Amino acid sequence: MFAYIIRRVLFALPILIGVNFITFALFFMVNTPEDMARAQLGAKQTTPAMIQSWKIDHGYDKPLFFNSESPGLAKVQETLFVQESMKLFAFDFGQSDSGRQITADIYERMWPSLAIALPTFIIGLVTNIALALLIVLFRGSALDTATMMVAVAIMSISGLFYIIAGQVLFSKVWHWVPISGYTEGWEGFKFLILPIFIGVFSGIGAGMRWYRSIFLEEMNKDYIRTARAKGLSDLKVLFGHVLQNGMLPILTGVVVVIPTLFMGSLIMESFFGIPGLGSYTLDAINAQDFGIVKAIVFLGSVLYIIGLILTDISYTLFDPRVKLS
Amino acid sequence: MSFVWLWTDLMVWSLLFVILAGIRSIKNSEQARKQWRSIFESRVAMASMVILTFYFVFALLGSVHVQLTSNGENTSEKRQGVYSVLDLSLMHLIEQTERTYSAPFATHEYSTSLNFDENGQVSQSYLVLKHGGQHLMDGASIWLDVLGKTGLPLLLTLGIMALLLMVHAYFRFKIYEFRGINDKAKKLPWKTAYISLFSLLFLFIWFYYLSHFYHVLGTDKVGQDVLLQSIKSIRTGVLIGLLTTLVMLPLALILGISAGYFKGWVDDVIQYLYTTLNSIPGVLLIAAAVLVMQVIITNNSDWFGSTEERADLRLLFLIFILGLTSWTGLCRLLRAETLKISQVEYVSAAKAFGLGPFKIIKNHILPNLMHLVLIALVLDFSGLVLAEAVLSYVGVGVDPTTASWGNMINQARLEMAREPMVWWSLFSAFVFMFTLVLAANLFSDRVQMVLDPRRVN
Repeated sequence: MFAYIIRRVLFALPILIGVNFITFALFFMVNTPEDMARAQLGAKQTTPAMIQSWKIDHGYDKPLFFNSESPGLAKVQETLFVQESMKLFAFDFGQSDSGRQITADIYERMWPSLAIALPTFIIGLVTNIALALLIVLFRGSALDTATMMVAVAIMSISGLFYIIAGQVLFSKVWHWVPISGYTEGWEGFKFLILPIFIGVFSGIGAGMRWYRSIFLEEMNKDYIRTARAKGLSDLKVLFGHVLQNGMLPILTGVVVVIPTLFMGSLIMESFFGIPGLGSYTLDAINAQDFGIVKAIVFLGSVLYIIGLILTDISYTLFDPRVKLS
Repeated sequence: MSFVWLWTDLMVWSLLFVILAGIRSIKNSEQARKQWRSIFESRVAMASMVILTFYFVFALLGSVHVQLTSNGENTSEKRQGVYSVLDLSLMHLIEQTERTYSAPFATHEYSTSLNFDENGQVSQSYLVLKHGGQHLMDGASIWLDVLGKTGLPLLLTLGIMALLLMVHAYFRFKIYEFRGINDKAKKLPWKTAYISLFSLLFLFIWFYYLSHFYHVLGTDKVGQDVLLQSIKSIRTGVLIGLLTTLVMLPLALILGISAGYFKGWVDDVIQYLYTTLNSIPGVLLIAAAVLVMQVIITNNSDWFGSTEERADLRLLFLIFILGLTSWTGLCRLLRAETLKISQVEYVSAAKAFGLGPFKIIKNHILPNLMHLVLIALVLDFSGLVLAEAVLSYVGVGVDPTTASWGNMINQARLEMAREPMVWWSLFSAFVFMFTLVLAANLFSDRVQMVLDPRRVN
């Protein structure tokens, strides 16, 4: 098991280098070191000498991918790409355009994102599975068909509408919760209710259909027929067999998502004024701050890969037939 | 007047060509014809297809552009520039702009403004609109007037439908004469098709007729007609949904099949490629790429002759970026399926006969992958239409000057905070988008149900 995890982490390295390469290429396609130096030094009186010294100070004087002046291995090592990548691998994201430490900012903004994403995820998961089980009980009936129609309709509405309609109804017309904002601690609860509710509701359509199809597939298997034949009730079959065996396909979709919860949601956070990573990213996109975008892309990929590894590990926990090697 | 072909126009028309070729090949294959027949045996699928076709026709009309020049005496200065055929047929809406917000079917502006009468007295009042409802006598009821203007569109729609029915009946008759009436075959739900076509056509003609007298869906902040914007947005939504798949499909097909067929290092490289791309959060990759594109566009502003060309190139780039970031899912599916198929006996037999890899792929593997491709295409469509709205909201979508539902929602966000609320922009974008996405979702459900052998019902 331990050796397996080590190997998976090592496999992740080339992928992360690839991710880095993509973001690096995108970054330097539009932002040459000269541009960065000019932006940092200010427009007035930038002599080539000043730019050169700024580049040396910040390590931007090296060539991008290949340093032909250095000997041996250093030909590759002494380049901007390797230098910058090493910094990212150490989770040192450097400074944003506004001069703040990106690493510290990310650490600070992770928690508000989590405060919304985690409850949304858990409540959403439980609601979807519960509704799907309920619908499976009524499979083939008119209720089933009608619910699936409603589910398709829920899926067909853009998330933006849910947010805007929710804000107008619950905050503007009925004054139940504040429109937007965030505070630390339990005081912040009133700000979180609406985004969590909207997050759960907008996911019901797709989630319910997905879990329903998993359970129905399980329902058609032979062992279920055996269980019914020996006289088990519908409910016992559902909770004793279908739910348990349906866990495996559910895990595949669910565990990958857990680490990425840290990243937050772009639109949700910006609409509700929550100072999380999502709105941080959105601000960076609008300000065209590539340093932050690069850092977030890297972080997102790392979290996604962690999610994949966690999925594999969770398989061994839930299915004794799966052995990692 | 001369034709202007923007990049996306050419792509849409080539897409139409591809679709027609696809229909032809379906007609030639017995199995495919049966499958498609059984897709359309569902009433829901039939109605959805009518809606999708209706939208697609608007997208096509919006994709023929002409350059209007002022050398004719009749064309006013205002009319210079690039217009689509759709714009030309909605010219009255383009020209009848108001000063600012007005509600649907309103005769006055939505909020009061200060104005001075002849005596120099300042008063707060609702200004009368320049165009909306100005044919009405004083005190006449708007709703009676609207009701009175229903008859003509209704008659026109009925006429068109009757014509269509006659043509259809004629062809059916020819077929029956040829083959004899086969009562056992399940009939296609033509009634549903005609009812949905009738309602769509009637709604459109009715609104089109009324739009000469009223702002049917109100006007926005700068007095532009909302109906016009909603209709023009159809092209953007449909294009992003359809053309992205046109970009993504070759990539997914070539890479997926070669990974599954050739295995070895080819497989390793392609797997590495899509795992890497997949591990980057989708929106962020798109955002980063669009940011780069924006910088390139601002740095090379001399590339474009007009704002239309710039907006069009941005749409094209967006489609390419979406296509380049969304091929991974289908590619993985195709790779797995190819791996499975290339183990089957008839492929080994083909290899033993000395058939080259390209022949085997073309004759034995590709036809067996088509159902996966079709399912992926119809599934992706609705997701892409929804993605456009989110991306435009985030600021990495289409050009702000391009009419799109995303841009409309983006504006509406501030309008909802006004007192009293300006709801009609959001409402229109919602209705237009919801109809399209719902139809696409329902249709893709049916396609999946018929084509996917693993799907349980």
